[in-house]
Amino acid sequence: MDVALFIPCFIDACFPQVGVATLELLERLGCSVSYPMKQTCCGQPMANSGCHKDAEATERLFVRNFAEYDVIVGPSASCVHHIRHHLDHLEQTDEVQHVRQNTFELVEFLHDVLKVEAFPWASFPHRIGLHNSCSSLRGLREASMTEIDEPFFSKPKALLEKVAGIEFVMPQRPDECCGFGGTFSVTEAPVSVKMGQDKVTDHHTAGAEYIVSADMSCLMHQQGCAKRMGLDIGFLHIAQVLNGVSEQERAHARG
Amino acid sequence: MHAVDHVDNARRFLALTDNQAFLDRNLWGLRQKRDAQMKAHPEWQALRTLASEIKEHALSHLDDYLEMFERNALANGVHVHWAEDAEAHNRIVHQLLTAHGVKTLVKSKSMLTEECDMRPYLAERGIEVVETDLGERIQQLDNEMPSHVVVPAVHKLARDVSKVFARTLGTDPDNHDPHYLAERQREATRPLMLAAQAGMTGCNFAVAETGAVTVCTNEGNADLSANLPPLHLVSIGIEKIIPRQQDLGVFIRLLSRSALGSPITQYTSHFRAPRRGGEMHFILVDNGRSARLAMADFWYSLKCIRCSACMNTCPVYRRSGGLSYGGVYSGPIGAIIDPTMDFKRYSTLPFASTLNGSCTHVCPVKINIHEQIYKWRELVAEQHDLPFIKRSAMKTAGIILSHPLLYRGMVKAMHTTVPYLPSALVNSPLNAWCEGRELPPMPKQSFRQWYVEHRQHNDPHGVHTS
Repeated sequence: MDVALFIPCFIDACFPQVGVATLELLERLGCSVSYPMKQTCCGQPMANSGCHKDAEATERLFVRNFAEYDVIVGPSASCVHHIRHHLDHLEQTDEVQHVRQNTFELVEFLHDVLKVEAFPWASFPHRIGLHNSCSSLRGLREASMTEIDEPFFSKPKALLEKVAGIEFVMPQRPDECCGFGGTFSVTEAPVSVKMGQDKVTDHHTAGAEYIVSADMSCLMHQQGCAKRMGLDIGFLHIAQVLNGVSEQERAHARG
Repeated sequence: MHAVDHVDNARRFLALTDNQAFLDRNLWGLRQKRDAQMKAHPEWQALRTLASEIKEHALSHLDDYLEMFERNALANGVHVHWAEDAEAHNRIVHQLLTAHGVKTLVKSKSMLTEECDMRPYLAERGIEVVETDLGERIQQLDNEMPSHVVVPAVHKLARDVSKVFARTLGTDPDNHDPHYLAERQREATRPLMLAAQAGMTGCNFAVAETGAVTVCTNEGNADLSANLPPLHLVSIGIEKIIPRQQDLGVFIRLLSRSALGSPITQYTSHFRAPRRGGEMHFILVDNGRSARLAMADFWYSLKCIRCSACMNTCPVYRRSGGLSYGGVYSGPIGAIIDPTMDFKRYSTLPFASTLNGSCTHVCPVKINIHEQIYKWRELVAEQHDLPFIKRSAMKTAGIILSHPLLYRGMVKAMHTTVPYLPSALVNSPLNAWCEGRELPPMPKQSFRQWYVEHRQHNDPHGVHTS
């Protein structure tokens, strides 16, 4: 399958290893992956702050970059959520509609589109805590949420269960927000930090050696909190785990 | 008036580590009890939908139902007053109390009267108002607003209450036992109730078909306020109207289950007509509600039945405490209804959210709370009410992120400078980030640079677009 790779700005700049793992994983699964070179960001940081006018040029650039591709895949639920659900301020041309309807978060793409059955190259013999970001949980509905009574399902967990050796640990409040929230993490730092501390403490108490998530932004925040608190816990993007984590990556993930 | 500084208020509450932990534990406990009730009712989602539809129907025919309610109430022998705003409400109450020579009014908790600032208004005119709800009384004696719509003093530990009561009721300052404290308050308040010449209650639901109001409390204080004195005043927000008596069942089933995780409130009282020899007055209050009804994106917030489920589930509320919102209504629902009352003052509240969406999914009347928070942010930005730093940061970000070359230059600059930056930068977002967090280690190259080195030759799209 031909796939266009969308690497969000902060992953491009701060977590290139997540981009590499996403690309390699898609290639391993038989996709032919293109990476449009003029991509930057989805526009979410500005739009979430209420500044839609400032977001529009970036959103239009996103559409221009990706409109020619049938399928667009990005390893970040909050960015994909923005494209799919919040691109309302642009004129809804065919191109805009096409991009909105065909942009997938990596987990959805692997689970729903490719329907991947196995990751034979991956092994991760560790206790992990799965962190579902609010965008993936309540925005893209990649897992069941505790607010409503629905049968349990979790697309990220279903994928991770196919990796040899993983043991899951369950925090007390599995779907409580970690407090990142985009610019919230900076503008409301005191509350954001407390939420992050509580989140990593919850996972740590449950016995997690690593926290794994499809959203690197949540992990960036949680890792920052854990490091300041001196907690020994590693942070990995789900793409890294599914792609098979190298020793070097494991060491890096534990900071 | 200055905009509420939620960040600073939150910081101060977070410094009270015991109170914050207590609040978080208590409210999360309520959320879990609510979940258990929700799971015990397979028809829960259908009930939510029905409740939402009834409210939307009532609100979109509000004029008709209000008139029907008035007609029926008058026929029941109740006096009906209309108040356009808070001032009118307070004036009507004051006139009624003066006409009856009332010096002491006992009142069961009502957020609407808080909204109208009624207590200070009456106090200035020589009328004492005594709150009869335990939590509300604690807040009154401590000169604080309720911090939560259902459990007004939930942010206080027993030792805090003990301090307030020792100061105001003369209780033993070293005795923090909740039973002791509750009993002393009861002993102090009961004589006031027995002697009061007028009682006031709020209203949870006003039934148009019957002209009756329903009040839900857990302490029975509303019944005492309503039944002991000869004069009963009821403050009713006009959005409290529901069409039929049979609709009540839907809301009564949802209200306490959503609020406290209990099947029903201890006392669900229905008031239809004045008691023999007494007088009953309904005051129907608009105070900005009809203006909100005209706001295409925000009128759904009028469906709110004040259950507090959104506050209990809100991770921000449980850290910052309710008083940090600086308004009568706090938490997620406060963030969307406070700005309709005073846009300037409450323009910061829609930013006191991570947009995680938990509130929307626990809401028993299906208010799209987090979507309205998102919409409010847009309005705040359009009205130029964003702080200057944020405004200019977003403008700059919008320019850089829409120009690939600028963006690449910025990423490159980041990689070359961030590793060498001093850890505490002044006037920089990094400064706030580093308040309780480390920055991630900066990689040597971006993904894009890696891609150019390793893959670009394979990618026909990549080559010509670089």
